[in-house]
Amino acid sequence: MTTTAAEYRLCELMICAAAETFRGNGEVLATGIGVIPRLAASLAMKSCNTDLMMTDSEAWMLSEPNAVSGRHFGEGQKQESWMGFSRIFDNVWGGKRHALVGPSQIDRFGQTNISALGGTYEQPKVQMLGVRGFPGNSISHANSFYVPAHSKRVFVEGECDVVCSIGYNAERLPRGYSFDDIDIRQVVTDLCVMDWQGPNHQLRLLTLHPGITVQQVIDNTGFAVHIGDEVTTTVGPTIDQIAIIASLDPVGIRHKQLADNPVGDRR
Amino acid sequence: MNKIMSAEQAIAQISDGMTVGIGGWGPRRKPMALIREILRSDLTDLTIVAYGGADVGMLCAAGKVKKVIFAFVSLDFIPLEPYFRQARQNGSIQVMEVDEGMLLLGLRAAAWKIPFIPTNVGLGTDVIKNNSDLAIIASPYDEKDWVAMPALKLDVSLVHVDKADTRGVCQIKGPDLYMDDWFARAAEVTIASCEDIVDSDYFSPSDEARHVHWERSETTTVVHLPCGAHPTSCAPFYGFDVAHFELYNATAKEGGFDHYRDTYIAGKDEQEYQEAVGGEDKIKSIPLPIY
Repeated sequence: MTTTAAEYRLCELMICAAAETFRGNGEVLATGIGVIPRLAASLAMKSCNTDLMMTDSEAWMLSEPNAVSGRHFGEGQKQESWMGFSRIFDNVWGGKRHALVGPSQIDRFGQTNISALGGTYEQPKVQMLGVRGFPGNSISHANSFYVPAHSKRVFVEGECDVVCSIGYNAERLPRGYSFDDIDIRQVVTDLCVMDWQGPNHQLRLLTLHPGITVQQVIDNTGFAVHIGDEVTTTVGPTIDQIAIIASLDPVGIRHKQLADNPVGDRR
Repeated sequence: MNKIMSAEQAIAQISDGMTVGIGGWGPRRKPMALIREILRSDLTDLTIVAYGGADVGMLCAAGKVKKVIFAFVSLDFIPLEPYFRQARQNGSIQVMEVDEGMLLLGLRAAAWKIPFIPTNVGLGTDVIKNNSDLAIIASPYDEKDWVAMPALKLDVSLVHVDKADTRGVCQIKGPDLYMDDWFARAAEVTIASCEDIVDSDYFSPSDEARHVHWERSETTTVVHLPCGAHPTSCAPFYGFDVAHFELYNATAKEGGFDHYRDTYIAGKDEQEYQEAVGGEDKIKSIPLPIY
């Protein structure tokens, strides 16, 4: 059934929009960090790109994605190979991966931050996770971003406090590299879908979620967004997609990811 | 050769100012009983290399640490390690913050006795900008910049394994060995705590031998410490102790680390620690996490 569902939640709209970023990727490891990104990658593997690969977030590659809720330990897990953390880097550096991650800050270059806020390297004001695998991911394979609350706190005016991932920034571009070596795909937020294919890799608005205006996107982004002529409305989930999402999340933890679990169509 | 020692004897091999690698990953299979032994000691000024969790947090909180070489310090389900966070925000420790994979390369370079491994990881990011001793080099084969990730030479490594024999054959049969093999190889002295001591014949069947991930020549010392990973996990035997981590995390807001240390560690041996957290049977009944 390709009919759009009569009713759906914003979390489900975002899962479906983010799943689209994996369409046409071929055989790559799809990594979604967090409930909504993981459901997006899992939905993609069950629908628009059945060639995707996935792990159980621990040590095994799966031939079928695990449900994110309502599962007992090891229950129904369909493994196809071992994939310990050390081996993840063999995959990452080979480039056959597309990660969908939720940075705390994103700047106009597509650089991101999950490490720390404010202060200095010696003494940050707020210590967060550390750079984790972001530097290696960003220079090795495709990356997309998930932003649950589109705001100027995330889309910062200046550069990120700690630049954890390489972006489209000429000043930081290493010798011998071009922007073609960097592959930042899409940004899925609670307001819209964007990519980095505006003039000179400027952030570009692609689709607005139903009921959201261009002005809302502009007002909540700390830097200029390229608004093309062909901004459309984000396509709502189909009945089939909702059914797959429900089977991947039978308990419904997706409904607890966004404040007040908004409806998908805010017109 | 018999490599068995007590935890106290094993930790006595460490001196002030040494660089200490710690195996495991976040809240998983950390050699916590050995960490507790360090907390009971007078050791200070350590440089710690780890995929960090409460091991790093506790050592920082107890003033044992001069510098941490890390990519993250996290309890996973509690994303931010409370005492590492305090140490960073107080500016009380030096750091070298690198990518998770760069840490792996640094351990490999040390294991292979080469000064660095070239990589593109870190280029264009603050990892390069913030670590002025991280060199950017030219390649003899192309016209590009490369990062020379230096060898992370370890004086001592601490790991926790499933089974070991007295000669230092170590088995990790759980789902992931993480980077423990590289920690063992990168260090002059590797101290392995284990759930069980077994006869060498235990490893005779292929399915047992194939879960031995480094040669016994890389293991210096074996310490028998059942449940020695608590409160972190040691799959498939026990999961991480969510309730205990929540309690530990809460002490950062009220009571402080001294309160935690006085309650569970100071003046107690490992058996008394385990009794204070509910006993061996309770630890072994902690379910494995589901992702």
